[in-house]
Amino acid sequence: MKHLLLGTAALALVAAAATAEEVRVYNWSDYIDEDLLTKFESETGIDLIYDVFDSNEVLETKMLAGSSGYDVVVPSGTFLQRQIAAGAFQKLDKSKLSNAGNMWDVIDARVGKYDPGNEYSINYMWGSTGLGVNVDKVKAALGDDAPIGSLELIFNPANMEKLQGCGVHFLDAPTELIPAALAYLGEDPDAQDADTIKKAEPVLTAIAPYVQKFHSSEYINALANGDICVAVGWSGDVLQARDRAAEAENGVNIEYYAPSEGALMWFDQMAIPADAPNPEAAHKFLNFIMDAQNMAQASNYVYYANGNLASQEFLEEDVIGDTAIYPDAATLENLYTTSPYDAKTQRVVTRMWTKIKSGT
Amino acid sequence: MRRAALIAVPYVWLLALFLIPFVIVFKISLSDIALAIPPYTPTMKDGFWTMVQGLDFENFVFLTEDDLYWKAYVSSLQIAFFSTLLTLLVGYPMAYAMARAPEEWRPTLMMLVILPFWTSFLIRVYAWIGILSSEGFLNQFLLWLGLIDSPLTVLNTNTAVYIGIVYTYLPFMILPIYAALDRLDGSLIEAAEDLGCSRLQAFWLVTIPLSKNGIIAGCFLVFIPALGEFVIPSLLGGSGTLMIGKVLFEEFFSNRDWPVASAVAVILLLILIIPIILFQRNEQRNAEAEG
Repeated sequence: MKHLLLGTAALALVAAAATAEEVRVYNWSDYIDEDLLTKFESETGIDLIYDVFDSNEVLETKMLAGSSGYDVVVPSGTFLQRQIAAGAFQKLDKSKLSNAGNMWDVIDARVGKYDPGNEYSINYMWGSTGLGVNVDKVKAALGDDAPIGSLELIFNPANMEKLQGCGVHFLDAPTELIPAALAYLGEDPDAQDADTIKKAEPVLTAIAPYVQKFHSSEYINALANGDICVAVGWSGDVLQARDRAAEAENGVNIEYYAPSEGALMWFDQMAIPADAPNPEAAHKFLNFIMDAQNMAQASNYVYYANGNLASQEFLEEDVIGDTAIYPDAATLENLYTTSPYDAKTQRVVTRMWTKIKSGT
Repeated sequence: MRRAALIAVPYVWLLALFLIPFVIVFKISLSDIALAIPPYTPTMKDGFWTMVQGLDFENFVFLTEDDLYWKAYVSSLQIAFFSTLLTLLVGYPMAYAMARAPEEWRPTLMMLVILPFWTSFLIRVYAWIGILSSEGFLNQFLLWLGLIDSPLTVLNTNTAVYIGIVYTYLPFMILPIYAALDRLDGSLIEAAEDLGCSRLQAFWLVTIPLSKNGIIAGCFLVFIPALGEFVIPSLLGGSGTLMIGKVLFEEFFSNRDWPVASAVAVILLLILIIPIILFQRNEQRNAEAEG
């Protein structure tokens, strides 16, 4: 962060002399190598104002309120789809994205479910929602035959009761946990009808008392410090926790598992708000991110797979070679995607989630 | 003329910072959810009369149909009430000690009470996560003392919420009580003791009644913000902590239902108006008594 500030300060001087053009980017927390931000500023001479969030809901509220002031935002697939429908984004001008040829058709095709023809967005990162496990502590609690790679670990109350002592965190994201509970039951995780969705409730209610916290970012540190032994979290975040623990040499050994019953595959897409103050600079930023080497640098740093095929030759071996990041064909087959809920179903889902968490 | 202008100032203030925002929120609470920017309908764009005709009290009816809202209000009132009481129990002795301290110490003591405000509220609440977590300072210390064998679970419980609220709002309790005690005439206590009161009786019969206004002011200053508190329960509380601030957040962010969120806020305001009016009346009575 410090070098970023220094860099920004130095650039601010240069920029003040030239033009005061700026671009405002709103991205997920812990989601980029900050060296890239300074690199963008020095390459383009545009001031980059970088701000972060940790939940799609917060971003969506800003988008729906309008006049967010941001030029580039990064919603996930289902949220993107709904916000496109609300008229929150502008179509990308592909003529300004010379690096578009670097993108990976496999991912583009999957993203098409949310943004047909990729007209409004480019893929930044993708990953799965799965289990972050402190292997030693879980084996100490459940024995050597613990169902570590299975949803059995978190949805079987008997297991959760034993894990309660070492701490379990869940994402505070009903749109990810309810599909997981449905997958555990063998139902369609992408179910949209309230009756099927409600089948997830008893599963989650039974284990909720053993969950220490529902939160979408605290688990990274908590896992790395050894405060908790299991987190239902996003793949790259768990891997960041693994690396932080390894760097700290605190003896905490974290692994990520995409559950064998199937895992949610999600896509974080960069898009330009309809009322972006500087769409010109926003396109420059997207094109900068779509550069193969820049995208590889981002992935090497945050441990998430990206939708940029050309970047793969610049990826480090522990990223491209790690099946937790770039899953093999069989695992990829096992990843499912979900669609956005309509307002009425969303209310059922939120209400159910509150009930699960608070008992009321 | 000048007099009228002077009187107008607080009313303009009230109009701009309270009434207009309230009317906007109230209007949204009568609207319906929509997938648009902004996410409700009807709006002024539809024309004023069409907009007015599209408004109804549906969302308020909805709030009565689900006991979540009722329970959240009651639970918030309960948490706000008990944390106010705890803050009073902690704050009064501190204010008392400050008022009894030698004259030359008082500015320093006052400074120490205000000092935490120099750090961001958010950072101070975050610091409690580090203190209360299972690997945190508190547990390390208690384990080291040998008082406990395994770490206590304090973080993510209601206990942590109480600790957070008491800590955060303590200065708001101490300062008005200190102000009241500071003005207290010491000869009254001497007189009480001369007339046969024990020190405890003198405290109970003279000091407490004379600092009543400070206590009331302090209690309101803690109770009102604690009732709608969102940051402290979401950072320190557990998933079982039910507070109206969190419910409001869910309605607004998870459901994207601004109309229902606004209805929740309007009811919260109505609940708050009662203590605010009581507080105002108390202040007014003091002003009259002193004037």
